[in-house]
Amino acid sequence: MTESFPSFDDTEVGIERRFIPKAKDIDEDIAWAQINGDVLRSMERPRPLYWVIFISSLGLFLFGVYCEIYQYNTGLGVADLRNPQVWGLYIATFIFWIGMSHSGTLLSAILHIMHADWRKPIYRFAEAMTTFSLMTAGLFVLVHLGRVWQFYYVVAYPNERWAWPNFSSPLVWDATAIGSYLTTSVIFLYFGMIPDLAICRDNATGYRRTFYRALSVGWKGTDRQWSNFRVTYLTIGCLLIPLAVSVHSIVATDFAVSQQPGWHTTSFPPYFVAGALYSGCAAIITLFVILRYTFRFEKYMTIPILEKLCKLTFAISMVWTYLNLIEYASVWYGTDPYAKQALIFRATGTYAWFWWAMNFLGSVLPFTLAVKRLRINIPIMLVVSLLLNVGMWIERFMIVTPTLAHGYYPWTWTDGWWPNWVQVGIVLGSFGWFNMLFMLFCKIFPSVSMYEVKEMVYHRRQPHKARKAVPAET
Amino acid sequence: MTKKAFVLGLFDDFGMAAITIAALRESSIPGFKMQDVTLKSPIDHPECAAELGPRPVYIQIFSLMGAVLGSSLGFLGISSAQANFLRQPRGGFPIVPIPPNMVITYELFILTAVFFTITACLIVWKIHSVKTSLYDTQISVDKIGILVKAEPAALVRIREIFTKHDALEILESD
Repeated sequence: MTESFPSFDDTEVGIERRFIPKAKDIDEDIAWAQINGDVLRSMERPRPLYWVIFISSLGLFLFGVYCEIYQYNTGLGVADLRNPQVWGLYIATFIFWIGMSHSGTLLSAILHIMHADWRKPIYRFAEAMTTFSLMTAGLFVLVHLGRVWQFYYVVAYPNERWAWPNFSSPLVWDATAIGSYLTTSVIFLYFGMIPDLAICRDNATGYRRTFYRALSVGWKGTDRQWSNFRVTYLTIGCLLIPLAVSVHSIVATDFAVSQQPGWHTTSFPPYFVAGALYSGCAAIITLFVILRYTFRFEKYMTIPILEKLCKLTFAISMVWTYLNLIEYASVWYGTDPYAKQALIFRATGTYAWFWWAMNFLGSVLPFTLAVKRLRINIPIMLVVSLLLNVGMWIERFMIVTPTLAHGYYPWTWTDGWWPNWVQVGIVLGSFGWFNMLFMLFCKIFPSVSMYEVKEMVYHRRQPHKARKAVPAET
Repeated sequence: MTKKAFVLGLFDDFGMAAITIAALRESSIPGFKMQDVTLKSPIDHPECAAELGPRPVYIQIFSLMGAVLGSSLGFLGISSAQANFLRQPRGGFPIVPIPPNMVITYELFILTAVFFTITACLIVWKIHSVKTSLYDTQISVDKIGILVKAEPAALVRIREIFTKHDALEILESD
């Protein structure tokens, strides 16, 4: 029996493809064997820049460890944390890393559900970024505690000492939400990698073969494995999206439920989620450029994909800008004089430079992403993406420090407070830790999804043939 | 009962693999069932796999079970533990605060659903794994394999079908 399909060339898409020249996301003629070869080779011989990044990251990480040990042994006083500046850079950076983690979910889960196949060559490292960002964020929860050895007090568990967590506190929700998100992200990252781990197994020898064999859990690419894999991956993706939204909403709630002027804003949760997606997308652009060069992924991380990523980032930046303006407007036209005073203090006080820099980098600079000539220029995009993330880090700093510096009571005002070297060292160490883990990941695991790129190439190469392969004539 | 043997045919494209599977289905060779045919491929190709006949996936049922269990345990577990602390009342605070508990219930709802989903998938893979060493690493590169488990008497005709449909390579094992 032959099922009749309309000729692909007669469809609107077919006509558009014939007459409107469009840059291809990926070279459709690339052979599957070459995809395997390129990605596996990237794990063997990266460019020297890889080692430069890895070693400098290790150096930063070790400096951060030194600062943390010093702080642990001496006390939080050495970090100049005191009332009301009890959080300093630690919680600002915690929010930053939590925000970065949202990009993987956006690219993997949301775009996967929307069948945006341009994400396929780049989603794997975005997922890895999610996982390592969350791990880094989790460290800051520990770092900012005075008594680190009692960290388990934030976890929702009953105990015989009646140190019962306050379930009405969003800090307890935080622990649950971040724990759930980290676990699910690790599962999602690992599970999506299984077919690629089998490819690594088939090409490895010695202890590496044993390692990949254990991780590939008997994957042979059978039809039953594929069908169950697809459903499982999609299901976990669908579950991950609300989880990601809940995590940053809860982090926002930590602030919004307090009475502190400047934090007590209804729009905080969506504002945080938009900011998270924004900084995550900007970070993906940065890593896209670095990986493309370091691992020779020019064929997979192409300019048209970078363009799409830039457009997505630009759209999200405008959502963030809108929510930012909403926050300013609701405070400005609201009836709370203290909140209004806090806003004026941000724009004109000690931290004014940061406030203006945040608004410029977060809302004006993204317009470079809307210009095609700039968007396709890789060095410019690297600089812009880094600056966007600087802007987003400043945003988190502006949420925490100036607000605590200018509360209800004038006698608590600490206008001239600046973080000292211990705090800065630990924050730099966190960047080293993240980069180190990420670079290690790219060396040990395939950072481009081989099977998904094969699918992308296959379906783009022969969309009509792929459909016609089904009805077999016998 | 005769011990069954395995034969693996390697093909260059999905179109030919689909035609071969259809030919196997219509061949009515004694000592061979369509359930014992497995398609192996470097990418997911549901259209080609559809030629093998219905092979339903039940993973979502386990996801649902996990979600129900997670939300129930999340809410009831925490609430019952909180209720145990009636001996330690705090003025003005509810014994079982519903909205905060809903947040934790929501997180556990998702987490348990994820655990059940992935566990179910791994179990299903284990149940359906074909016990044979017959595997070609080209399958993870760019070749499509059709693995058939059949009685030794049927292997000759299966090989003929593979050859007729331009199989690149045919491998056998006991």
